[in-house]
Amino acid sequence: MNTRKTVADLKIGERAEIIGFTDALLSLKLLEMGCLPGSEVEMTHLAPFGDPMAIKVSGYTLTMRKEEAATIQILPKNN
Amino acid sequence: MSQRPKIALIGNPNAGKSSLFNSLTGLRQKTGNFPGVTMDKHTGVWEIESGQEIDILDLPGIYSIYPKSLDEELVINILGNPAHEDYPDMAIVVADASNLKRNLLLFSQVRDLGIPTVLALNMIDVAETEGYVINSIKLARELNVEVAEINAKKGIGVNGLRLAVSKTLANRYASNDGLPLPVDDQLIAGIQLKFGEADPYRSLLWLMEHDRMKMFSVEQRDAFDAIQHEFHFNSEEYKTSETVKRYEALSEVVERCVINLNRQWDAPPVKTWTDRLDSVFLHAVGGYLFFFLLLFVMFQAVFTWAAYPMDGIDAGVAYLNDWLKTVLPASALTGLLTDGLVAGIGGVLIFVPQIAFLFFFIAMLEETGYMSRVMFIMDKLMRRFGLNGKSVVPLISGVACAVPAIMSTRSIGSWKDRLITIMVTPLMSCSARLPIYTVLISLVVPEKSTLFGLFNLQGLALFGMYLLGFLMAIISAWVMKQILQVKERSYFIMELPTYKAPRFKHMAISILNSVKAFVFEAGKIIVAISIVLWVLASYGPGDSMKQVDLQVRQANPTLAEDALANRIAAEKLEQSYAGHFGHFIEPVIKPLGYDWKIGIALITSFAAREVFVGTMSTIYSLGGEVDDENATIKNRMRAEINPATGKPLYDAALGFSLLIFYAFAMQCMSTLATTYRETKSWKYPAIQFFYMTALAYLAAFVTYQVLA
Repeated sequence: MNTRKTVADLKIGERAEIIGFTDALLSLKLLEMGCLPGSEVEMTHLAPFGDPMAIKVSGYTLTMRKEEAATIQILPKNN
Repeated sequence: MSQRPKIALIGNPNAGKSSLFNSLTGLRQKTGNFPGVTMDKHTGVWEIESGQEIDILDLPGIYSIYPKSLDEELVINILGNPAHEDYPDMAIVVADASNLKRNLLLFSQVRDLGIPTVLALNMIDVAETEGYVINSIKLARELNVEVAEINAKKGIGVNGLRLAVSKTLANRYASNDGLPLPVDDQLIAGIQLKFGEADPYRSLLWLMEHDRMKMFSVEQRDAFDAIQHEFHFNSEEYKTSETVKRYEALSEVVERCVINLNRQWDAPPVKTWTDRLDSVFLHAVGGYLFFFLLLFVMFQAVFTWAAYPMDGIDAGVAYLNDWLKTVLPASALTGLLTDGLVAGIGGVLIFVPQIAFLFFFIAMLEETGYMSRVMFIMDKLMRRFGLNGKSVVPLISGVACAVPAIMSTRSIGSWKDRLITIMVTPLMSCSARLPIYTVLISLVVPEKSTLFGLFNLQGLALFGMYLLGFLMAIISAWVMKQILQVKERSYFIMELPTYKAPRFKHMAISILNSVKAFVFEAGKIIVAISIVLWVLASYGPGDSMKQVDLQVRQANPTLAEDALANRIAAEKLEQSYAGHFGHFIEPVIKPLGYDWKIGIALITSFAAREVFVGTMSTIYSLGGEVDDENATIKNRMRAEINPATGKPLYDAALGFSLLIFYAFAMQCMSTLATTYRETKSWKYPAIQFFYMTALAYLAAFVTYQVLA
């Protein structure tokens, strides 16, 4: 079994599909902000020192820290 | 209580609520292009038809009715409590059309609370450039509400909104879908039994958020806990499932009402202006470089460019003062008017150009959307020091004034991060310090010296003072982080808005308002303190003032009348009440290099540091050998001689010691009052006062001892 990939594993420019969350409390906030299972995310920016990161989801840009990104499980897109 | 209907503006952060508020009410509520500009509720009146007025309530932005920070909590306390004085008759949900689904989530929750609702679609132009065409008529039918297309910034679509609001107000129709997810009937019945008949969804909101709602007493909260326990009700699970369920339904609605012109799943991403700018501003190296450069230009501008209008104002005030002295009879009252009031107010007016420049730069950061980028690139750095990327907004606006800056911490979700930000924000050099810095720097830093012919040395020194304030703020934050060993979750899930061109007219108005507020607020205090100070400096205990006259005359029988008068004036100041106060604290401030005259200034600026310059001008005009031709405060201070050395009093050691003292000392009652209001405890303003004052004393002591 390979462990599930998360948004934190994405490199700049990579895209993936959200499949679920691992943190009950954060998942509500993320859902409300438009991170829906089934929607596509693209990692667009990494702040200095590699954290936080910015992703594009539901047509807008959302920032989050690496540890928060690590709670969003993804299915990487082959491109 | 007014009988007018009340409408609340609800919406996601940065959706344009305050812009709409301004265009409906004609008021000028602060707006900006980053999430979390509005931190408090604001009311205004909208004349919907001639003779018919409606109260409009502008509220902080929320993503859902489940709050995660204090500003969000405020909204739920109003919407969840029909007995609240601000509970609206209806709501306008302002939705950013370029992110429709997420905005509709909140809309559906507000509607289900049983509040009659109109949907105002804002930023349709943005949605269309991104390839989305919204059929708002169909949307209105699907959602069963009135929908109005608006452009809040330009004030377009108000007519349509007027119609939608009138209709909704007339029939008070709340289309209510009931509970989004079914729960045990007994659960709702149990809540209603204890807390009264209410909309089921509202009852459930009470159950889930009772700890954040001020309407409930401790006993009532315990009762809610008991109900939750009895029915094994998990709030977080319910909220998550509810959100997913709502999105499922809304996805279908959006699917039917929005045409996506670039639908292909793997369509090449369109590079927008925002993407291009972000590749520079968010760059790992370039982003920092640009930010630093921006700040640097800002302080050069504040010092160098503002010098021209400042010289003009300075000359004008000096001219007015001389003129008053020639037309008014020479008396004590004339002295108060000219040397006390006019000089004191002039001391504030002269800094208007600098403050205007400062506000201009801050307004640029807020208007364009760059502020959010600064939060993003600074988050990691700030976190090391116990702060948070969101602390950047209070720290930057602290450069203008700590009072609104401390209020802006409400958007910081974590209590620990918020508290530390509140505690250190007053270390940022606010605009009231600017006059003090300017006067002192011009005394101790050589003028016009340029490094490589590029920079003004005095501008560089000013930049250094601001940098020093910032460094001390983050160091203090780090120390507090070590003391407050609280394990609390903080997060940084935040929306980055698209860049928008600044609206210069809008900025001009906001700069004008800020400057006006500064001049009048500071002016009031300065006038009051000038009068008190003048009285204290003109009278002394017993008949000591009369004695002075005699003694000086007897001691210097050969002195010419002019010089004699000066000597008497100086001696009188020393024997006055103010002089006694100054002498009283002199032993404490001597190690910092200050004499009793500076001691008087320290005492008067205890409550508000902006009176420093005015106090100095009053003191030196009353007690010094001043040449009236050059009666500006700078010249008066420059002419002051240290009696011990015979050299100018304001040398580098004293100048820098004073600069450092004023940079760190807590000399602002308004800030302490705000800290009390925001932390709801006297403990924190007390700590703030003592740690900052101690820091100021120690740092000024070291500075003076090293340089002297």
